[in-house]
Amino acid sequence: MSPQQSLIGRLLLNERGSRYFLIVLLGFALIVPALHLLMPEGSALQISGYTMTLLGKYMCYALLAIAIDLVWGYCGILSLGHTAFFALGGYAMGMYLMRQIGTRGVYGDPILPDFMVFLNWKELPWFWHGMNHFPIALFMVLAVPAVLAYVFGWLAFRSRVTGVYLSIITQALTYALLLAFFRNEMGFGGNNGLTDFKELLGFELQAPGTRVALYLASALALGLGYAACRYIVSSRFGRVIEAIRDAESRARFIGYRVEDYKLWVWVFSAILAGIAGALYVPQVGIINPGEFAPINSIEVVVWVAVGGRGTLYGAALGALLVNYAKTWFTAVLPEIWLYALGALFVGVTLFLPQGVVGLAAKLKRSKS
Amino acid sequence: MSVTEAFARVLSRSGGSSRAPTLDTSHNIVLYLEDISVSFDGFKALNSLNLYIEAGELRCIIGPNGAGKTTMMDVITGKTRPDEGSAWFGQTIDLLRLTEPEIAKAGIGRKFQKPTVFGSHTVFENLELAMAGDKSVWKILFARLRAEQIARIEEVLETIGLKDHRQVLAGGLSHGQKQWLEIGMLLMQDPELLLVDEPVAGMTPQETEHTAELLVGLAGKRSVVVVEHDMEFVRSIARTVTVLHQGSVLAEGSMQEVQNDPKVVEVYLGD
Ligand SMILES: Nc1ncnc2c1ncn2[C@@H]1O[C@H](COP(=O)(O)OP(=O)(O)OP(=O)(O)O)[C@@H](O)[C@H]1O
Ligand SMILES: [Mg+2]
Repeated sequence: MSPQQSLIGRLLLNERGSRYFLIVLLGFALIVPALHLLMPEGSALQISGYTMTLLGKYMCYALLAIAIDLVWGYCGILSLGHTAFFALGGYAMGMYLMRQIGTRGVYGDPILPDFMVFLNWKELPWFWHGMNHFPIALFMVLAVPAVLAYVFGWLAFRSRVTGVYLSIITQALTYALLLAFFRNEMGFGGNNGLTDFKELLGFELQAPGTRVALYLASALALGLGYAACRYIVSSRFGRVIEAIRDAESRARFIGYRVEDYKLWVWVFSAILAGIAGALYVPQVGIINPGEFAPINSIEVVVWVAVGGRGTLYGAALGALLVNYAKTWFTAVLPEIWLYALGALFVGVTLFLPQGVVGLAAKLKRSKS
Repeated sequence: MSVTEAFARVLSRSGGSSRAPTLDTSHNIVLYLEDISVSFDGFKALNSLNLYIEAGELRCIIGPNGAGKTTMMDVITGKTRPDEGSAWFGQTIDLLRLTEPEIAKAGIGRKFQKPTVFGSHTVFENLELAMAGDKSVWKILFARLRAEQIARIEEVLETIGLKDHRQVLAGGLSHGQKQWLEIGMLLMQDPELLLVDEPVAGMTPQETEHTAELLVGLAGKRSVVVVEHDMEFVRSIARTVTVLHQGSVLAEGSMQEVQNDPKVVEVYLGD
């Protein structure tokens, strides 16, 4: 362990998993848009806009999974409510996109989004003000999940709520938000959520160029998010949160304020989830309260478990594998998807405690 | 409250300087425990316990199983809050008002009866984690080991005989090696007051002797409180011995005096 070596270099290049992850990600980021834009329609190598956007969506999921792995795999905080932060980031972006519709909405009101006109509202609610400015919306994408996570974490970690109790209240958190966002009076479009987006920063959302840009932005966010998490877990801070995971009270007795450590890693993770949500929404074209559903948060935890927790790249891999399976299942056998997911979770817990990444490592060891 | 305000507040708190006053041993007493009582579901684990430790002293505490020795350390380190009594670290630091990390920061280190090292970290990393210094979030996030810190860790590795195990995961160590690692972590913390709960359980006679030398060497510069059942060991290091029984002090004095005290004889033989 040479302290002289540059930290970034040590993180990204000396660690094999990270190196592969970033190379594969870079490959996807370059090749997919190239094939989409350059190959002629009908060619075997053509990648459709649909597929590219699907991959972009998976990248957002991968970022969300990494955010969960950071708190669960490294700090032992099993969050079953992380899609709350994802959805809040998504709603912040959705509000911006709604305000860009302008007079192109069904009712043609220059200020009020359609659903407000429909509800007979005369004025924009206060929290919608400024959301037509991209920098403000971007700030909210980061700040809203951060503040919620801060308040929640401050209360929970200070009163030393841990383990299954903490998991349950994270579920309660996302469920409460689900109910709240369903209400029309909340001012977020109720049941239908926010949709019918037209443009982002003046670019048509459906234009191939915009879709490529969103795809690239997702890849970039995933790469940077990964690097930031890798930095954190490789620093002494990372060793402290692992120590907290393994023996929380022991960490206190050697002088670490456990609640501070948990709080900051929690807030950071929520911000990553918010960014993932904000990139997700313009690609799928809608955000509605369903994103807050408790089952969604549980699904993300399954992705991380399947990929292998406590590795970061395992979480990203799990997100990709499970969502690919989901896309396939819901097309072919939609009614059994939830059972398949449950079986997958039980199977992984029993037979693959380290996930796919752990299995790969084991196979490699037994071969050599 | 605005976001920036909230952030600024936490930043200043987690990066801030100690709120606790510094240790003051001008009356030559490092630890005061007065009328401490702790009960668990009506059972009195500590019963009006009074104990004073002089600065630089090496004190041995003995007593039968369940006498309350570990509970006493739990009170001092903030793990258990007493129902009654007061606990002061020097003249100025009220231990009952501080949290566990604040007590650690104030200068009290502890070796646990049951070794609890960080199993998925290497021996080296365990020592690094225990190292004295600013343990606030932002400092730790950007902390790099300095040359003198590495040298200090190497020195402790040498002392605890785990030099060749520095890259071994602590979870894989033997019980005796974990005991040593616990002692090493205590040394890395460099506390003013060391609370050492059953250090030699599971050690060979040579290791026991080595531990005795280590603790005797620390006394004087630091204050040391040792709980131990191994009478041979206690005899080899003890200056003053305190006998705990049913949560209070039964006898106190030199090993000789204590051993000849009829009350003590009765407790030990009557068991
Ligand atoms: N958390 C707790 N809840 C209930 N009872 C407890 C608890 N901690 C300790 N006790 C009881 O308090 C008494 C004192 O325990 P303590 O561990 O302090 O004894 P000890 O002197 O350290 O004994 P030993 O020599 O076995 O380590 C014991 O009877 C124990 O069962
Ligand atoms: Mg004990």
